Amino acid sequence: MNLLAVVFEAWRSLGANKLRTALTMLGMIIGVAAVVLMLAVGTGAQNQVNRAVSSMGSNLLVILSGSTSSGTLRFGSGNAPTLTTGDAEAIGRLANVQAVAPTFPGGAQVAYGINNWGTQVLGVTPEYTTVRDWPVESGDAISETDIRSSTRVALLGSTVVEKLFDTEDPVGKTIRIRGQPFQVLGVLKKKGQSLDGRDQDDSVLVPITTAQSKLFGNRFPGTVRFMFVQAVSQEATSAAEQDITLLLRQRHRIQPDAEDDFTVRNLTQVAEAASATARILSLMLGAIGSISLVVGGIGIMNIMLVSVTERTREIGIRMAIGARQRDVLLQFLLEALMICIVGGLIGIAIGVGGAYAVGQAMKIEVAFSAYVMLVAFGVSAVTGIFFGFWPARRAAALRPVEALRHE
Amino acid sequence: MAGRFIEVERLGKQYESVAPGTPPALDAVTLAIDQGEFVAVMGPSGSGKSTFMNVIGLLDAPTSGAYRLEGQDVAGLTTDQAAHVRNRVFGFVFQGFNLLKRISASENVALPMVYAGLGRGERRRRAVALLEQVGLARYADAQPNRLSGGQQQRVAIARALANHPRLILADEPTGNLDTATSEEIMGLLTVLNRESGVTILLVTHEHDIAQHAKRLIRFKDGHVVHDGPVTREAAA
Repeated sequence: MNLLAVVFEAWRSLGANKLRTALTMLGMIIGVAAVVLMLAVGTGAQNQVNRAVSSMGSNLLVILSGSTSSGTLRFGSGNAPTLTTGDAEAIGRLANVQAVAPTFPGGAQVAYGINNWGTQVLGVTPEYTTVRDWPVESGDAISETDIRSSTRVALLGSTVVEKLFDTEDPVGKTIRIRGQPFQVLGVLKKKGQSLDGRDQDDSVLVPITTAQSKLFGNRFPGTVRFMFVQAVSQEATSAAEQDITLLLRQRHRIQPDAEDDFTVRNLTQVAEAASATARILSLMLGAIGSISLVVGGIGIMNIMLVSVTERTREIGIRMAIGARQRDVLLQFLLEALMICIVGGLIGIAIGVGGAYAVGQAMKIEVAFSAYVMLVAFGVSAVTGIFFGFWPARRAAALRPVEALRHE
Repeated sequence: MAGRFIEVERLGKQYESVAPGTPPALDAVTLAIDQGEFVAVMGPSGSGKSTFMNVIGLLDAPTSGAYRLEGQDVAGLTTDQAAHVRNRVFGFVFQGFNLLKRISASENVALPMVYAGLGRGERRRRAVALLEQVGLARYADAQPNRLSGGQQQRVAIARALANHPRLILADEPTGNLDTATSEEIMGLLTVLNRESGVTILLVTHEHDIAQHAKRLIRFKDGHVVHDGPVTREAAA
């Protein structure tokens, strides 16, 4: 018996009981659609988190200066003027450190023409854009010369450009920060949201020396609020963390039993935690989808078993006129397989459509991969074979005379 | 010559599911059937005639004795080989017609050819020719349940002829038919036997029907109680 004829027979017999076939298929459709949809949503969320994580820059440590106290009032980290540009230079010379970016932030009103906007102004060194993986899109970066001579130049984040300039090219224009004229050196590439949801593009970068001396009049010249430190590799982040702690304790002459006057935070741990959470979410969604797939598969087995019982006489007739056991086995297996394959394809279509609709409606990112769909399709085919095999075996093992006697 | 067409020796069949002590359905049946014979098997219900038919048709296995088909002991056949014999050597006609309801008459006739591995076009051609032979050419595309009982039985006969069988096993083929239609069906089988030389094994409990055969085997309680040419007296 040729395969084409078996396929045709299976197809006919499914077509003969359309409602039952459709209902069985529905189980499969829901299962596959659930897997595809859940994984699309899960992967989308994972991508979103991963992008936010990588937008921080890679292998990062943050060093915050210590707290100050005024009487019994204790201010938070970053308030004591304990970190200096000298510390930054010393940290930059450590073996495990790739680059260091001391930062002096402040809030300021920026203006161009009739537009103005309150934003965050960051005093930075040239390393900042590399450490934060935040390249200049047009124009020039801040140079060492700018740092040395405390020039009034600025790099604008894309949100700031949007607020101040309509259609003009900002590069070369003069804006005002706290009333002082600054020349726009360049525009930064769009970076998007940070892990905590802040708009990172709503900021202006200026040379750190300019920020220290001209913008945010500092009582302690040469101090910085925090530093970003990039380790040479992911593995080196912990070592770098220890080296920096030792170095700073030495430089700050802290007694062995005294507390640090700074804090070192390893951002790769934060990133790992965030990625792990997203991965678990994605896995859980996949698991929920898989359960529906199994339920659909059991539905198929159930229907196939009913079908075998109901069609025992037909099996007997087929055997009497020459069907071999494997012909009967193949026919029932193919019926189950067809339900799964057709159901799987429809399920993929619905899953993709559904995920797209969910993405649109809830404004979340969804991600499809050919891999996920192949897997969903493969799983549905395997489900068909797995759950179809037992009923098919039962059908094939019937003795012709008993099958024929069946009412 | 390896032997006679069908030869059974001390054939016995004891069903497992019955209470212990029940006499066997077939008890030491010994007989032979030659190519071209037209044999009627009669006997009251429970006499073992249907069991005999099922064993000869390889639908059921005997529990004792030997069954040789063209000299070969069928006990050695695998299930696939038995299926092959049913497909190529035998043709079955049942009391309840046993057509598949959801496919057309010609597809029913073509079904044994599917298992014989014939191509689609060939199957269709042969099926239509066979339906013509049984006088149903017009109904090739009709669903079986749109046909009368007699027509359905003729479709079943056409199906039995699909792969040029040498033996037709007809189990009460007229049991569900009226007298006139029964005569038509028996006429058809008689012609097949006479003109094509197909051996026919006919199980019936109707004397009029048995009259069409040439040889009569009568069963009672699993034994053969009569085996001889059909005469009015023997069939009565």
